[in-house]
Amino acid sequence: MTTQTMTVVESTTKPVLDIQNVAKIYGQGETEVHALRGVTLTVERGDYVAIMGSSGSGKSTLMNILGCLDIPTSGQYLLDGVDVSRLNDRQLALVRNRRIGFVFQSFNLIARTTALANVELPLAYAGVKAAERRRRARAALNMVGLAQREDHEPNQLSGGQQQRVAVARALVTAPALLLADEPTGNLDTQSTNDVLAVFDQLNRSGRTIVLITHEPDVAEHAKRLIRLVDGRIVQDERLK
Amino acid sequence: MNIFETIRFALRAITANKLRSSLTVLGILIGVAAVILLVAVGNGSAQAVQNQIESLGTNTLTVTAGAGGGARGAASTQNTALNMDLVPALENKDEAPHVKSVSPVVTGSQAATYEGTDHTIAQFVGTYPGYVAASNFKISKGTLFTDDDVKDSRKVVVIGSTVAEELFGNVDPLSKQVTVSGKLFTVIGVLAEKGGSGFNDPNDVAMAPVSAVQESLTGYGSLNQLLVQATSPDAVSEAQSEITAILNEKLNISGSSTTSAYRILNQSQLLETRANTAETFTLLLGAVAGISLLVGGIGITNIMMVTVTERTREIGIRKALGAPKRTILTQFLVEATVLSLIGGLLGVAAAIIGSQFTIVSIKPVIVPSSVALALGFSVAIGLFFGSYPASRAAGLRPIEALRYE
Repeated sequence: MTTQTMTVVESTTKPVLDIQNVAKIYGQGETEVHALRGVTLTVERGDYVAIMGSSGSGKSTLMNILGCLDIPTSGQYLLDGVDVSRLNDRQLALVRNRRIGFVFQSFNLIARTTALANVELPLAYAGVKAAERRRRARAALNMVGLAQREDHEPNQLSGGQQQRVAVARALVTAPALLLADEPTGNLDTQSTNDVLAVFDQLNRSGRTIVLITHEPDVAEHAKRLIRLVDGRIVQDERLK
Repeated sequence: MNIFETIRFALRAITANKLRSSLTVLGILIGVAAVILLVAVGNGSAQAVQNQIESLGTNTLTVTAGAGGGARGAASTQNTALNMDLVPALENKDEAPHVKSVSPVVTGSQAATYEGTDHTIAQFVGTYPGYVAASNFKISKGTLFTDDDVKDSRKVVVIGSTVAEELFGNVDPLSKQVTVSGKLFTVIGVLAEKGGSGFNDPNDVAMAPVSAVQESLTGYGSLNQLLVQATSPDAVSEAQSEITAILNEKLNISGSSTTSAYRILNQSQLLETRANTAETFTLLLGAVAGISLLVGGIGITNIMMVTVTERTREIGIRKALGAPKRTILTQFLVEATVLSLIGGLLGVAAAIIGSQFTIVSIKPVIVPSSVALALGFSVAIGLFFGSYPASRAAGLRPIEALRYE
C-alpha cells in the first residue's frame, strides 16, 4: 500500500519512463549483435506511444527492456523514478507485477486454465485474497467485454478474445504502464479493432500505453509515434 | 501468495497432464511397494525360521562327535568318541540336575527293501523313544517303540512319511517287515509329515531302538550324537556346562582341547545363527528394493526435467506477470513432492494388499519402520530430485524463458 501511494506522489513529478542512452548487445566477439545503440526516451504519464520499425530494428528488444524482462547492456532505465538496474530479483518481480502490464503478440495465456484464472494470476502473485481477486478479475474481464467467457479456457476462445483476456490480465493490477508487443500482429481486422478500442478506452481513462506495431493503421491510434532503425530512434513525432 | 495457493497451482498442474503424472506416480509406487513388500518377505521368512526352530524345542542340546573322535574311532587308545556309557552318566541327577533326558543317536543311510521295492533311507536312526519328541516328530499311525524294545533289542522301526510312500505306496506299512541291510525290521509306526527348510527331506527317516541298530547294523562302536533335553529353556546353559564337565571327565579331555573331541550345539545358538542369516537376507532384499526406489526417483527427476522444459514458456509468462523466483521454485517442488507422496501412499497400499498373499510359500510380515522409511525416502527423493529442475526453472530470466521454443 505504501508503495502505491509513493507511486502517486512520484508520478506527479517524474515521467513514467525515462531511459538514457540504453544499449543492448547480444553475443560476444564476432557474433556480436548491437540490437540497441543508445536509445534515449522519456514517456510522460497518460501518453500513448506507438513504436514502429522493420524487423531487426531493435523494437522488441527495447520493449523487453522496458518490461523488465531483459537487462540493458549499458545505459540507465528509470521506471516511475526508480532505477530498475539496481533492483534485485525479488524487487524486479514486484515491479513486473505492480507497475507493468505486458501484452504479447502471441497472447501467452496459460493453457488449460480458465480466462478468469488467467486474469487472477498477477493478483495471486501480488498476494490479493481470493474473493477480492475474483471481483477485480471479473471487473477487468468486463472492461474488455468478456464477462460471459470467464470459464472458457484459452483453446475455446478466438484469437481476438484471447488477446482481450491478455489485456485484462495486464491491467488487472492497475499498473502505471501498459506495454504491448505487436498486440494485433496475429489478429484479423475485426479483432484488431476490438483490442485497439480497449486500448483507446484505457488511454482515455489516463493509463500510459506503449505499443509496438508494424501497421500504420494501428499506429494512428497513438498520440506519439517513434520510429526505430538499426537500434536508434530516427523519428519521434506527436500525432495528436 | 501463500503456500496453499502455491499447492493449488501445483495440483492444477499435475491434473493438467494426467498420463505423465500417473506414470511418474507408478514409478514411485513400484519402488515403495517393492521396498515394503520385499522387506516384509524377508521378515516373514525370518519369523518362519524362528518359529520352526522354536517348535524344534529350545531346551535341547546336541552333542556331536568332533573331528578328534571319529564315528568309528575305536582304534585310538584314548577313545574320545561318544559311547553308550555316557548316557547314564549324563542322566545322573546329582551331577547334572538340569538334564531331563538323554537320547543316544547312531545314524547313517541304509538301504531298505520291501517286496522287491528298494529305497535308501537317508537317515536310519538308532535311538531312545525320547528322541522322537525331542526332534519334534509325532507319530501319525501305529505306536512308538518303547524302553522295553530298547532293552530287548527288538527289531522294530518307525518310518517317516517319505519312506512309507517310497517303500509301500498305498499299502498300509504297519506290521510289515522291511529288510534293512539284510536284517528284518518290523514297522510299528509311521511319523507325521514334518516341514523342512533345508535341502534334505526331513521325512526320509526311520527310527529304531539304538540297541537293535547297533546289534544288527552298525556294531557297538561309537555314537554319532547325544540329544540332551534340558529341564527347561532357561536351564539350557546350565545343562550345557554340566554336560561339558561330565564329558571332559569321562573322555579324559583337558579343558583346552574340548573343541576337537565333541561339539555341543545349542538350539538358541542355532536360532541366533538363523536369525543372522535371515537378517542378511532381509538386508539383501531391501537393497534390491532400494535400487528400484532410486530408479523411481530418477524417473521423477526425468519427468520434472521434461515438465520444466515443456513449460519453460509458461514459466516465462509467470515471471513476466511478476511471479517471484521463490514462488516458482515452490510450485515445482510441491509438484514433485505431491507426485512422490501420492506414489508413496499408493505404494504402501499396494504393499499392504500384496502382503495379504503368500509369496513363494512365505507369509510376508510388514515391518512398520520399512513403511515409514520407504514413504519418507520417496518424499525426500521428490524434494531432492525435484529441486534441481525447479531451481533451474526458477532461475531463468523471463525473456529467455519466453523465447524458448
